Amino acid sequence: MTIHPTSAQFPANAHKALHDPQLQKAFNHVRSAFIDKRAKAAAALPEFEALRDSARDIKAHTLKHLDVYIEAYEAKVREAGGTVHFARDAAEARAAIVEICRARGARTVTKGKSMVSEEIGLNDALHAAGIEPVETDLGEYIIQLRGEVPSHIIAPAVHLTKEQVEADFRRLHLHLHPDRDLSDAQLLLTEARAILRERFLAADIGITGANFLIAETGTSVIVTNEGNGDLTQILPKVHIVLAAIDKLVPTRNDVAQLLRVLARSATGQEMSVYTTFSTGPRRAEDPDGPEEYHVILLDNGRSTMLGTEFEDMLRCIRCGACMNHCPVYQAVGGHAYGWIYPGPMGAVLTPSLIGIDKAGHLPNASTFCGRCEAVCPVRIPLPRMMRNWREKEFERHLSPAPVRNGLKLWAFFAERPALYRAATGLAMRAMALAGRTKGRFTSLPLAGGWTAWRDMPAPQGATFQAQWKARRRGHR
Amino acid sequence: MSARDEVLASIRRSLGVSGREATRRLSVETRLATAPRGVIPQRGQVDREARIALMADRAKAAHATVTVLDAMEAVPSEVARFLRDANAPATLRMGDDPQLAALPWADTALTVETGRSHGADLNAVSRAFGAVAESGTLALVSGTDNPTTLNFLPDNHVVVVRADDVAGDYETVFSRLRDSHGTGMPRTLNFITGPSRSGDIEQTLVLGAHGPRRLHVVIVR
Ligand code: SF4
Repeated sequence: MTIHPTSAQFPANAHKALHDPQLQKAFNHVRSAFIDKRAKAAAALPEFEALRDSARDIKAHTLKHLDVYIEAYEAKVREAGGTVHFARDAAEARAAIVEICRARGARTVTKGKSMVSEEIGLNDALHAAGIEPVETDLGEYIIQLRGEVPSHIIAPAVHLTKEQVEADFRRLHLHLHPDRDLSDAQLLLTEARAILRERFLAADIGITGANFLIAETGTSVIVTNEGNGDLTQILPKVHIVLAAIDKLVPTRNDVAQLLRVLARSATGQEMSVYTTFSTGPRRAEDPDGPEEYHVILLDNGRSTMLGTEFEDMLRCIRCGACMNHCPVYQAVGGHAYGWIYPGPMGAVLTPSLIGIDKAGHLPNASTFCGRCEAVCPVRIPLPRMMRNWREKEFERHLSPAPVRNGLKLWAFFAERPALYRAATGLAMRAMALAGRTKGRFTSLPLAGGWTAWRDMPAPQGATFQAQWKARRRGHR
Repeated sequence: MSARDEVLASIRRSLGVSGREATRRLSVETRLATAPRGVIPQRGQVDREARIALMADRAKAAHATVTVLDAMEAVPSEVARFLRDANAPATLRMGDDPQLAALPWADTALTVETGRSHGADLNAVSRAFGAVAESGTLALVSGTDNPTTLNFLPDNHVVVVRADDVAGDYETVFSRLRDSHGTGMPRTLNFITGPSRSGDIEQTLVLGAHGPRRLHVVIVR
């Protein structure tokens, strides 16, 4: 569905989320599951921290040479018999995909999970062109049935309870016996598997995202646990890969480095079940695989992040660890962020992609506890970037008065570390959210989340405080 | 300007480069040509027997079942046993893999068919190009020998891997691919670690999402 951002209404969205008992119940399953599993997987691999450095360096190097890597990648895709279609923005990407589908007379397309597809509002465009998109990732399938958007980048239906899923299946799978047993996750999955199997076999075109695009070989890589992405791309006649320019990596060996931190950070697995490398269409002797292979390579604002203080955000490998570990995300869920990228990565990326005027509140959706940066596999300085956005927002006077006051209050405490520590709870409310939610966030476990991960809860040291002093002088 | 040229131009503008700088091009060319290895976990850097044991251990941790055999000739009866224990019918689909085709399938009660799957097959056997002990991962390569559809459509998937092909790390599999496929890649390379699963409903792990419900790994010495 096309997403009209409601990020500007973050406070209202958050308020609603905090008072949604279903959502709060669903999140009970998440709070510790992801966190404990990641910690265990990281501890079991002595090289994990060194691999994070390596992952960071690979992505940073690629971004600095992105134009050259894209040229190399494109040449390799062509050599393998595929086609790269460049898209400057969402509209161009949608048009390119609809055009391919139309030219082949496609009626249904199966889709692997792709956040970029959500970003460009692809499903609405396909519907409008008379083509039926079928989401095949179980979580995506569920939210498609409900007409929702994902609330998490790797667990799209994390905000739902199994009772809600059961009710949806009963409401929409009308050809099945109304008294059937759907009381557990296994039964729900089995039902979805049977229905989607038919859709896989009937689809004209399969669309997947990509976790990585390899310049060395012109290969796209998808990482899944269900196998839906694979059935999406090997059964239909045409495979379309929809990916953004930040997915480039130099070589297969570089992908191996990134894979070692991706699943561990995301779900605590050592490897996801299926990591699939696809290069061009099927070869003359191949008995299966698509006859055509297209890559839609999307920019949509990313190229302008290069060379700015937000360049590091393009290292993101979409593991979801930052949101899993974020006290604000845990409390309000993904939908409150108002667009498709939630949590700390969304708080930084959304203003970059849709504009600070539409996303101004998001960089405030943080307690600056630092957990996101502490777990990010590519070591993105997320709190620093949120602070950068807040400063920009402040400068542009887009903030309502209570926010500006909140920031002033924070500056006051930031210059007085002892007081700051004593008043963490208060400062938290002032700087994060309460200016606009009138104290609703007192129920958040913010202070605990903060102190558990940091010895010294003052903001990042003298530099920032000095900045504030200078700024205050400037504004007088 | 075409979309392609504009995207590239925008990247260059932001990076403050022209795209013609020899040093940048050389740095990319060198990296692509040498494909440096980064940090390789010690875990997989062990001798052959320890590698086999690690492969079995990690694959089991990912919910696969594992058997180690001493000879390829023992594979058909092991496949038959596995299918019997899984209460699966005595049917089997495989590709044209010469090593699998040469085995005494006729000594079992299995009805064997060859070629890709169109979705009706419950059981399949494939031979892996290699495996990665570090994480219990199988590496399968597309083609007539081992069609990719067999990796995903059947309920029960048996994968045979020669012990000599069990590597310690992914990088070794890639360098073997460079030997067999030059600078290119097969259409599909599948890294498979355990049977299909989903955690999308209340983060409850359920096996058998869209791919196989059971994955049986047969390591042959
Ligand atoms: S910002 Fe880091 S932690 Fe968050 S999704 Fe991206 S890679 Fe993962």
